[in-house]
Amino acid sequence: MIPLLLGITVICFAVMHLAPGKPTDLQTQMNPKASAEMKERLLSLYELDKPLHVQYVSWLKKLTRGDLGTSFSSDHRPVADKILERLPITILINLLSLLIIIAVAVPIGVLSAVYQDSLFDKVTAVVVFVGFAVPTFWLALLLMIFFGIQLGWLPISGLRSLNYEYLSTWGQLVDLAGHLVLPVFISAFGGLAGLSRYMRANMLEVIRQDYILTARAKGLSERQVIYKHALRNALLPAITILGLSIPGLIGGSVIFETIFAIPGMGQLFYMSVMARDYPTVMGILLIGAVLTLLGNLIADVSYAVADPRIRIS
Amino acid sequence: MTFWEMFYNNKLALAGCGIVALLFVVSLFAPLLAPYDPGAIDLKNVLAPPSAGHWFGTDQLGRDVLSRMIWGARISLKVGFVATGLAILIGTILGAVAGYYGGWIDALIMRFVDIMLCFPTFFLILAVIAFLEPSIWNIMIVIGLTGWMGVTRLVRADFISLRERDFVTAARAIGAGDARIIFLHILPNALASILVAATLGIAGAILTESALSFLGIGVQPPTPSWGNILTAGKDNIDIAWWLSLYPGLAILITVVGYNLLGEGIRDASDPRLKR
Repeated sequence: MIPLLLGITVICFAVMHLAPGKPTDLQTQMNPKASAEMKERLLSLYELDKPLHVQYVSWLKKLTRGDLGTSFSSDHRPVADKILERLPITILINLLSLLIIIAVAVPIGVLSAVYQDSLFDKVTAVVVFVGFAVPTFWLALLLMIFFGIQLGWLPISGLRSLNYEYLSTWGQLVDLAGHLVLPVFISAFGGLAGLSRYMRANMLEVIRQDYILTARAKGLSERQVIYKHALRNALLPAITILGLSIPGLIGGSVIFETIFAIPGMGQLFYMSVMARDYPTVMGILLIGAVLTLLGNLIADVSYAVADPRIRIS
Repeated sequence: MTFWEMFYNNKLALAGCGIVALLFVVSLFAPLLAPYDPGAIDLKNVLAPPSAGHWFGTDQLGRDVLSRMIWGARISLKVGFVATGLAILIGTILGAVAGYYGGWIDALIMRFVDIMLCFPTFFLILAVIAFLEPSIWNIMIVIGLTGWMGVTRLVRADFISLRERDFVTAARAIGAGDARIIFLHILPNALASILVAATLGIAGAILTESALSFLGIGVQPPTPSWGNILTAGKDNIDIAWWLSLYPGLAILITVVGYNLLGEGIRDASDPRLKR
């Protein structure tokens, strides 16, 4: 865990410093009043005139205090503040889509395994295969055209309607939920195909085990055999897959937050990349990696909670 | 059954092969196949819906969408092959070295892989692009540089099981050096799984490139790519559905093609499936 974290900071630092050009170039080149002396002062302000390892250590020290530097954008706010105010909505959408992935993919996977080679199994196999290949941003466009413009059922941009302030609390909640439907669905879509396919393979393997035969032999109903004995064992490895899908979910937030104009971390990342706001880019890259690490840790812990065999050893 | 018989009997794999072949033909003969010059601006025909003259309609500058898509196929082909080629090269060398030598080299390489896998790939690509000029070459290199980790794990696993086999001992006994054993004796045996990873990797690289171009940080206009036609689709989402529909379908069909081909190769080279 700690070595991984250190490694993440090294990669972030390397990306920042191996790239051609100095991060201060943008501030000085755009400014005709910038003298050579001022350029040097900027360099020493950001400690870019010191050896690399000294820079790295001092950057790391700042990190431990939660200091990610100051944004290059016109507001000059601390990067940590900018990210923190946008993190909740990104995490909310990602958690909602994780829940949807579990709630939809697990039953699909189980049913297509239990009724192997049925029509349902074959149809879902095709849907899943196409699902792997669909560019999510394109699907987002099509859904915006269909539900947002042709039918006019769902809002296609932002988190709140213009009349949000005047709505009752319940109305505000409905409004927010309406704005979240398409982004959450798009965010969940990629994971749906992967997990349902994985669940199917797991169930097929578990159903052939001896203890399932035993459960049937002692006269349990098919329902109990599938949902109590088989499902529990097939769910275990799926926890790992969910953990592995977290970087994809977080990375995908750039795409759907940009398309749907959602003020989250992904949109901030995209805007910072376009504006060459290096401190913010590096800060979000770091946060994204740390979130992934945390997600994997949670997956490992829940695996141990769910499987007594791992707890003992 | 041999590899080719297995492959030939798999209709889906053949369909995938056909789609990929079609993409090659379209890219190769783009100047002949495209009905219009992909850059020809026609301001009298802006955002025209699909018609007999323009099958897939025109874009915001009156350019023929079908012609731009045909030229865009070249970009997809190039990006897929160059980016994946780079990823396969890095992944194969690192995986081979890690699996063959083991010990601290293996530990070092695999920790590096673990660290790289912590970064959401799309974040890493965007961060690097932020420092470089967005151009097709930079895009291909960055996609390649961030996509080798899976190949490394795969090749390492193959090498670990293969290095203990008798033919390796025999090669060593006749005095073959490490490089010779790695590249001439072990690598050919791991080729099938690398080929599968490469085919599926091309599909992934095409998806990533289209997403980057869509966001405006990939292939830059006026060069046509499927992703940046979709950007125009988003800008005119309320009036021009054809700008959104057709390029996306092209991406979808291409990716399905490579995935079918990849799975076909996997099934045909899997000894457990042979009867």
